[in-house]
Amino acid sequence: MSVTVRVPTQLRTLTGGLGEVPVDGSTVGEALKALDAAHPGMAERLFDEEGRLRRFVNVFVADEDVRFLEGLDTPVGPGQTVSIVPAVAGG
Amino acid sequence: MSYVTGLRCRECGRQYPAEALHVCDFCFGPLEVDYDYERIAATVTRARIEAGPRTIWRYGDLLPVDDAAPVDLGAGFTPLVRADRLAAELGLGELWIKNDTANPTGSFKDRVVSVALTKARQLGFKVAACASTGNLANSVAAHAARAGMGSIVLIPHDLEEAKVTMTAVYGGTVVAVRGSYDDVNRLCAELASEHPSWAFVNVNVRTYYSEGSKTLAFEVAEQLGWTAPDHVVVPIASGSQLTKVAKGFAELAKVGLIEPAEVRISGAQAAGCAPVATAFQTGADAIAPVKPKTIAKSLSIGNPADGWYALDVIRRTGGSCASVTDDEIIEGIRLLARTEGIFAETAGGVTIATLAKLAATGEVRRDERVVALVTGHGLKTVEALSGTVGPTASIEATLGDFDAALGDELAAGSLG
Repeated sequence: MSVTVRVPTQLRTLTGGLGEVPVDGSTVGEALKALDAAHPGMAERLFDEEGRLRRFVNVFVADEDVRFLEGLDTPVGPGQTVSIVPAVAGG
Repeated sequence: MSYVTGLRCRECGRQYPAEALHVCDFCFGPLEVDYDYERIAATVTRARIEAGPRTIWRYGDLLPVDDAAPVDLGAGFTPLVRADRLAAELGLGELWIKNDTANPTGSFKDRVVSVALTKARQLGFKVAACASTGNLANSVAAHAARAGMGSIVLIPHDLEEAKVTMTAVYGGTVVAVRGSYDDVNRLCAELASEHPSWAFVNVNVRTYYSEGSKTLAFEVAEQLGWTAPDHVVVPIASGSQLTKVAKGFAELAKVGLIEPAEVRISGAQAAGCAPVATAFQTGADAIAPVKPKTIAKSLSIGNPADGWYALDVIRRTGGSCASVTDDEIIEGIRLLARTEGIFAETAGGVTIATLAKLAATGEVRRDERVVALVTGHGLKTVEALSGTVGPTASIEATLGDFDAALGDELAAGSLG
């Protein structure tokens, strides 16, 4: 099942400049793991030592913050977009 | 001259040059401006500041950009007024209102935008952009016009009419987004990646922008005769202003302009959007985002970028944090207006109502010198009061009608 992960500027050094990466996965966690497999180094940027999303990383599925859904267990379907967005913005 | 030495991640300490960067490339932590405080201390004096312009730029030595002709509409140096009548109502002793409604576009946002656009112009940007709950939109559009820059302002679709008009009149691009502020903010964070030639004041130049809020603390201290107050009550949206107010007092002490002081910082939120107040009250370490539902739209950030840091400042300084209902917000607006003659927007109602609550619980004390930040003008949110205040009577232009309508008050002598 192919989903699209949108990657912010800060991580594009790891994707050779790509802003969108197609990956396989049926949950947000699986999609992000697949992103790390395709572009090694992603995981340590996104997750802390305990494997949780870093405090200043927001992840959205279909424009909804996964913290309002099921976190990393949030299901994603084919054609959906997972967006990684720096949390520090606004106000 | 600028005393900036670079940028540093608040989380992991990695250092960056003073460019259009706002988060750490490694851990996404917020970047903070580093200054050479020893050189500032050797230069800055109270007299040097007092001889400066009656704007935020009198504190230029402590701001992250140096420009002889900043992008400036006259932000800052707003009145600090002693509020004895309000203090008496609340059972407080020495209370001051920092009346930031008096800024050029009617809110404290002029402070941060003047700094942000001055820096943005210096970095070569031609277009200013932002995600806004309204006040920032007003200010970015106005300052961009002043600077001859383009502006692209994104706002939630359901903002107060005045805030939309007060943005669109300056002739820039205004985009109403069908969603909440948090949706708009997420869109702007993504747009900032796609359009690096735009200076999103609260995204890619946020590091500089947020420093402008320190001037609230600088002014309060100067206006109190170069002393810090005991306790400041600050409204919380993203939490940036609260953290920068604390930083402002600390910097003044660090460069020798005031004696080191323990300033308690308390936060004010609307009950319909209280992620920081909830975390404070439950003792939580993390801020759980919320979906805002309150008349205080300028504070409707359910996912506050600096929420955690604001919480940290409140706890570290021995402050408190509370939230108030929409009815209490309206009463806060009316209380400030009828006791002190200051008409605040809903965010100001949040501050005053929270102050009242914290005074009632004894968390703001009678023996403290207290400052409440009133950060936006009531004309921006008049609809919040519709049906609440209006004419005392509606009459024909005759003495008889007047007497008939106000006879009771005349008889009671309550009209004076």
